[in-house]
Amino acid sequence: MTETGVNNIGVDKAGGGMISPQEAAARVGAGLAARRAREKRFRAYGRIAIGIALAFLVTLFVSIFSKGIPGFFQHYVTLDVTLDSARLDPTGDLSVQSLYDGDARGVIRAALYDATGASGRSGRKAAGKIISAGAEQRLRKAVLDNPAILDTTQRMTFAVDDDVDSFLRGFINRETPEKDRRINDRMIGYIDALQEQGLISFEFSDYLIFGSASRNAEMAGIYGALIGSLLTLAVCLVLSFPIGVATAIYLEEFAPKNRITEIIEININNLAAVPSVVFGILGLAIFIGIFGMPRSIPLIGGVVLALMTLPTIIISSRAAIRAVPPSIRDAALGVGASRVQTMLHHVVPLAMPGMLTGTIIGMAQALGETAPLLMIGMVAFIVDVPGSVTDPGTVLPVQIFMWADFAERMFVLKTSAAIMVLLAFLILMNAAAIFVRKKLERRW
Amino acid sequence: MGSLMDTQIMNIVDQPQSLEISNIPSETVGDVHVDHPRMTARNVNVFYGDKCAIDDVTLDIAEKQVISFIGPSGCGKSTFLRCLNRMNDTIDTCRIEGTIALDGQDIYAPHVDVVPLRARVGMVFQKPNPFPKSIYDNVAYGPRIHGLASRRAELDDIVENSLVRAGLWDEVKDRLGQPGTGLSGGQQQRLCIARAIAVSPEVILMDEPCSALDPIATARIEELIHELSTEFTIVIVTHSMQQAARVSQRTAYFHLGKLVEVGETEQIFTKPQHEMTHNYITGRFG
Repeated sequence: MTETGVNNIGVDKAGGGMISPQEAAARVGAGLAARRAREKRFRAYGRIAIGIALAFLVTLFVSIFSKGIPGFFQHYVTLDVTLDSARLDPTGDLSVQSLYDGDARGVIRAALYDATGASGRSGRKAAGKIISAGAEQRLRKAVLDNPAILDTTQRMTFAVDDDVDSFLRGFINRETPEKDRRINDRMIGYIDALQEQGLISFEFSDYLIFGSASRNAEMAGIYGALIGSLLTLAVCLVLSFPIGVATAIYLEEFAPKNRITEIIEININNLAAVPSVVFGILGLAIFIGIFGMPRSIPLIGGVVLALMTLPTIIISSRAAIRAVPPSIRDAALGVGASRVQTMLHHVVPLAMPGMLTGTIIGMAQALGETAPLLMIGMVAFIVDVPGSVTDPGTVLPVQIFMWADFAERMFVLKTSAAIMVLLAFLILMNAAAIFVRKKLERRW
Repeated sequence: MGSLMDTQIMNIVDQPQSLEISNIPSETVGDVHVDHPRMTARNVNVFYGDKCAIDDVTLDIAEKQVISFIGPSGCGKSTFLRCLNRMNDTIDTCRIEGTIALDGQDIYAPHVDVVPLRARVGMVFQKPNPFPKSIYDNVAYGPRIHGLASRRAELDDIVENSLVRAGLWDEVKDRLGQPGTGLSGGQQQRLCIARAIAVSPEVILMDEPCSALDPIATARIEELIHELSTEFTIVIVTHSMQQAARVSQRTAYFHLGKLVEVGETEQIFTKPQHEMTHNYITGRFG
């Protein structure tokens, strides 16, 4: 640059004169400290914001994990049970009916009285309350699975009642006056006796994973809800993925740009912001009200969740299609591919990672959704595990919601444990989304 | 530097009228007709919405010859090129008037299907745009969708033949399964040319095919264009006047949507008839 050029640029309007390079450097230097301080402050704000967010996250995880991890375990009692065939299987044909007619409860109680030395009416009553109501069912199942154990003495493990479990965890204080606690002094005596013999164990709770809904906290599990969730999500995926992707492709590539498509676009974007409970009311009114379909079934749950996830899938799929460089389209059209061929051979494969990511995130949203499913009755107490999409069932988040309503200590623990399972599934799905994106991503 | 700028400024001051639209002739200078036309454009107007991008262009494109379109940016040369195989159809607001015919058939007639048209009029783009697929699949894509090969061996022949003619075979014959996007820029552009000629087109349109390439790669492409002109009719848009002079037999000069002058390349670059052509090729504006 020539001298005149510098002078023209460096005109100081306020002073009216020209500033020398030295003067300019000095002025820049004077402002430098404030500039640096501003930058430092800005970075500090960012760190504080992240710190607060992290603190919330840590609090959440600590509270869930501290309650949830103990929720995966519960107390069991091991007993030597004499499996008298005359008492257990009165008809002698090993049928389910015969076993139910038999006195499984009496057999278990007899073993319990032996172990605790309980005698007398009130003593036996107290000892009987130690063991879970689910013990009989477990005994019957063991006999059905292996009838050879009849008329022998077997070491068998049964869950303890949830009050006993709470006592063993220390939630019930033995110093509390007897009438104020759910465990009386006799029971405490028997529990101590069992503990002295080493018959009480603290083990991984198979009831939590393989059990279904139950009023008895020690028997309650998430299996039924998990199957319900999987069925609901399957219906949701089968409906929303093809419809969502087809809509996105049509709107992005083929639809004429006119008022009608504009209105459709705006409405799709608005649907993404509709509160999910509204979709539940829609499902209730249309599927149950008008079509008269049964309540609580995963089929309707899946349809309602599909309505909810459709906007997410459509919006992310359209973004993915738009991100495919136009040069690829030109290349395909240039060699004489039709628009559909261009789309299916080139654009869709390149947009697929984005579409799948959107779909998986939509599914993760659907997995955690509670409100719309309450509306269509998936909040019912259902003990049976749903075998198909038309069997009544519930889903994981609704199960958590129901358990959170119960006062028993054990339900509190199991609620947190179930939340952990739900979180694990969500993390799994998000990891799958990242994996799919990395795996299918292609350079162009 | 300073002195050159001064002369340019003086030229502009001397000839202010040279930049005005009114100076563009309503009639194209030079002979727009040829003896054996492959494509003919008659009174073509192109509009983007209300904006007129091409204004009344009439031009013949001769068989097995290279014609280059030159002109300043935004003059409509690429737009006109894209009209020749209806690539402008993808733009919603684009409207075309007049007739463009390939071998005497109007390509904008209502019953015409763009798919066979684009198979007959291939295109190579400014930026090399191979598909993110293997080198083989890039070349085989066109023949596959048009059903040109009934057997695998036949397809292999087409791919090899196209790559040989595009001067790429020796460089890639051992790695046909590797992605086409892994090649260098010049190789990618030759791959795109191979892809275009794989469907045996009659005309190849090239939209500034060398603008993203280094001089060595450019020289190879130019050589290739020269070789291909014995078999194909080639239309090339270029910003480089040297390139136009090197590769083409005819040259058309566009300005603000008008075809100002067309003629034998040698004549255009040595004895331009129109003042604006003269100014452009001597670097006075554009």
